[in-house]
Amino acid sequence: MSKVSKSVKDELKARQEATVYSLLAKITEALEKGVIELYNVEIESDELEVRLTPQQIPVVVTPPQVVTEAKPEVKAAYEVAKAVEVIAKKVVELVRIAFEEPKPQFSGRVVEVRLGASRKDGGSRDRVIVIGGHTMPAYYYLVGYKPPHPPAFGGDVFDMRIGLPRAVKLAFGDALDNPVEWARVWVEKYGAEAVDIHLISTDPIIKDASPEEAIKTVDAILQAVKVPVIVGGSGNPEKDVKVFKKVVEAFPSEGLTINSLNLDMKLEDVCPYIAKTNATVIDFSPMDLDKAEQINRKVYDWIPRERIVLDLNIGGIGYGTEYGFTAMERARLSALIGNELLQHPFNVGAANAWGAREAWITMDPYWGPKEVRGPLWETLTSLICLLAGADYYMLVHPLTVKTMKAVREYLFSEPKPREPEKALDWLSKSLPVI
Amino acid sequence: MPWKPPTPIEVYQLLPKTNCGRCGEANCMAFAVRLISLEVKLEDCPPLIEEERYRGSYEKLRGLLSPPIKEVVLRSPKRIVKIGGKYVLFRHELKYHNPTAIAVDVDDSMETEVIIKRVKMIEGFEYEYVGQKLKLDAIAVRSVTNDPKKFAKTVYTVAENSTLPLILCSTNPTVVEAALDVLNPPHHRPLIYAATKDNWREMAEIAKRFDVPLTITAPGDLDMLVSLAKTLSEDMELKELALDPGCLVGVGGLSYTIRAYSWLRYKAAYDLWRYAGYPLVGTPISVWAQMGGDLRDVMWWEAILAVMLMTRYADLIIVHSLDGWVLLPQVMWRFQLYTDPRKPVSVPPGLREIGKPDEMSPVLVTTNYALTYSLVLSDAEKAKVNAWLLVIDTEGLAVDVSVAGRKFTGDKVAETIKSTGLEKRVSHRVLIIPGKAARVSGEVEDMTKWRVLVGPTDSSEIGKWLEKNWTPEKIKELTGL
Repeated sequence: MSKVSKSVKDELKARQEATVYSLLAKITEALEKGVIELYNVEIESDELEVRLTPQQIPVVVTPPQVVTEAKPEVKAAYEVAKAVEVIAKKVVELVRIAFEEPKPQFSGRVVEVRLGASRKDGGSRDRVIVIGGHTMPAYYYLVGYKPPHPPAFGGDVFDMRIGLPRAVKLAFGDALDNPVEWARVWVEKYGAEAVDIHLISTDPIIKDASPEEAIKTVDAILQAVKVPVIVGGSGNPEKDVKVFKKVVEAFPSEGLTINSLNLDMKLEDVCPYIAKTNATVIDFSPMDLDKAEQINRKVYDWIPRERIVLDLNIGGIGYGTEYGFTAMERARLSALIGNELLQHPFNVGAANAWGAREAWITMDPYWGPKEVRGPLWETLTSLICLLAGADYYMLVHPLTVKTMKAVREYLFSEPKPREPEKALDWLSKSLPVI
Repeated sequence: MPWKPPTPIEVYQLLPKTNCGRCGEANCMAFAVRLISLEVKLEDCPPLIEEERYRGSYEKLRGLLSPPIKEVVLRSPKRIVKIGGKYVLFRHELKYHNPTAIAVDVDDSMETEVIIKRVKMIEGFEYEYVGQKLKLDAIAVRSVTNDPKKFAKTVYTVAENSTLPLILCSTNPTVVEAALDVLNPPHHRPLIYAATKDNWREMAEIAKRFDVPLTITAPGDLDMLVSLAKTLSEDMELKELALDPGCLVGVGGLSYTIRAYSWLRYKAAYDLWRYAGYPLVGTPISVWAQMGGDLRDVMWWEAILAVMLMTRYADLIIVHSLDGWVLLPQVMWRFQLYTDPRKPVSVPPGLREIGKPDEMSPVLVTTNYALTYSLVLSDAEKAKVNAWLLVIDTEGLAVDVSVAGRKFTGDKVAETIKSTGLEKRVSHRVLIIPGKAARVSGEVEDMTKWRVLVGPTDSSEIGKWLEKNWTPEKIKELTGL
């Protein structure tokens, strides 16, 4: 049947139905009054599918003995009423079923890792962070499951002035010249839950600062803020090993987190020293699960699993985000079905989001100011990682920290909207046109 | 149990088995193998479609290969937008099909000029990224006035000025019907938004009569949502439905929303439960009605909702903000999320210009992995250098991986120099290869007979590196020019 003739037929059918509705209304009225006036009634009931709500169905109560003696018009009315009864049986009722929540089975568990050490553990942190412990994928709210530990958000600090986006300069001003001040602003003004100090001045091709100088910086930050401190190197594998070794030896009980170990390093030159302290480490394996297993297996030789965080790397939106996202989803699922080599909480260097050109370049005015685009890029990249199960974040912009904290509060609240009907308010509301 | 494709044998048995080759494959078995990995479509086999005797097999194959999340088609006379049609929960299990459609709204209380202006902006939105043009997909027309005539007029104006498919947004059946009378399906095939617990009979009747897809919404009530899905699909025989569990923010709201979308898709993709097996519609536009305060905050949250819902399975989203900074991350993330994780994203190999290179400009060598390529390009542009960029076909692999996997070889570089005519573009014979390709510098030198310099490991160093190593003195030393 062609589409056109189908629509013509549909329209015809709709009109027929409308006729029947009005006819039924008349019959109902007439039967109630006991008066029948029907002319030229001709209905092929098998051609019709009339759908009526229950309250619209006329209740036909016509004693048969009355009908047998009735006039032909009344008899006709009775026939119609019978047809109505037949049709009425075809009225569709809502079939109520229940939505049963999914019940997947997982047997693995991500280890719990503690960042920072409080006084009772020999450190001097007022606050420590525990991440991990998951037995289900993140934010599926399965079988009443709530992740044992919420994600945490740390602020990035560099030990020397580096090129930073304007949006970051606006937020921190002169504090950017002094890592200690920068750390303080992060914690006191912007609510960072930890401080990530990146010792980039130790890079042989930048300033080649000595491990002793690095220790001074870390010491000053440990004094200035009482949150956990994550100590990052310069990215030079030989130098990092030396710096990390000295730093953990200098602060063996503060629960420092070493950012990060990778397969290019001589792990045997640093891991034994970390093992002697209460520091934790971040194992770095960019978007590669095989290598993640390899490095974890190596590091296990010295450091217990409960002190290892995994970083699978992430790129800002447009710059490889999907690789990091999928690496994290795969690693977490693998961990939950029992792969012990991947049962570690995730660190995310979401500050990488600023590597996306769209986060920092000046674009045509239609694309908005870069001061807005930048933090938004970092926030959205962080949210994507959040849904893949990320636990700890290293962030550059305070607005990201603020937004992520709000999202965390919302996601960890009981999933029960107070006024669900509000979800449809947008349908008929006049909205500002911008 | 997640969706599993049939075996190649099962599929092969139902194919014509003539090895005619019209699909482009060597034989029917090869076609069967590609069918089950969903790289080709049944429709790529002409005999199966054209010949009556295969009708039964075709129907059976369609059943075997149909996705657990139904595909729903929206159409305008000029464009088709498909939503849903998904097979998996996680993209690494296969890939996601049919990228989330992004619709922007107009409403019937807006002045005609405003409507036309918005429509033109929606239509004209475009951002170029790794050689792709990222665009918007549909227009959601809302009835603010609740006046059927006004709504029909607005829909008419939008349809006249746009090539995009529409979504008719109202819970009033009379209003929706008036618009459908104007659009006259099947030329236009809009999506109706939405049937609710109160209007479903009338809406379903209209959707059926006009043969258009229908969204069901039941905010905060998944039981009602799936009850309606069951009733409408089975008792009212509607084939094309979409589901919206409601988009809520704030305490108790966002957690509900993420849970609802995740559960619905989980039930459809993992439990193969058919009442959840429809495309999911998300409405980040909801934040405009739920939040007050600064407009920029509202827009910020709209972007957040859009990205979260896209990541958690929405197949179509409706947004209000038309500002570039709100839409840009949405279209870029969508592009990434929907790439095939089995195939690296690549750019065509060849010779590109960075800035305004001349015959004495340096030649940088990189791979055709889209991300490597765009990073190198952006870093070099950022450093304001003038250079030639020689892009090698490494089958879309990054530098370190392609070196290890023997895709970045001396032969490949020599071949690319030849095919691009690089010899005529530059008068020197020096190549700068990535630091991560240092291992193959010897063989590149042997195969190309060009002098090879090992450049920085990270492309962010290109500017500094060239400043130090591509000075007139050094060039003279290297080339004698």
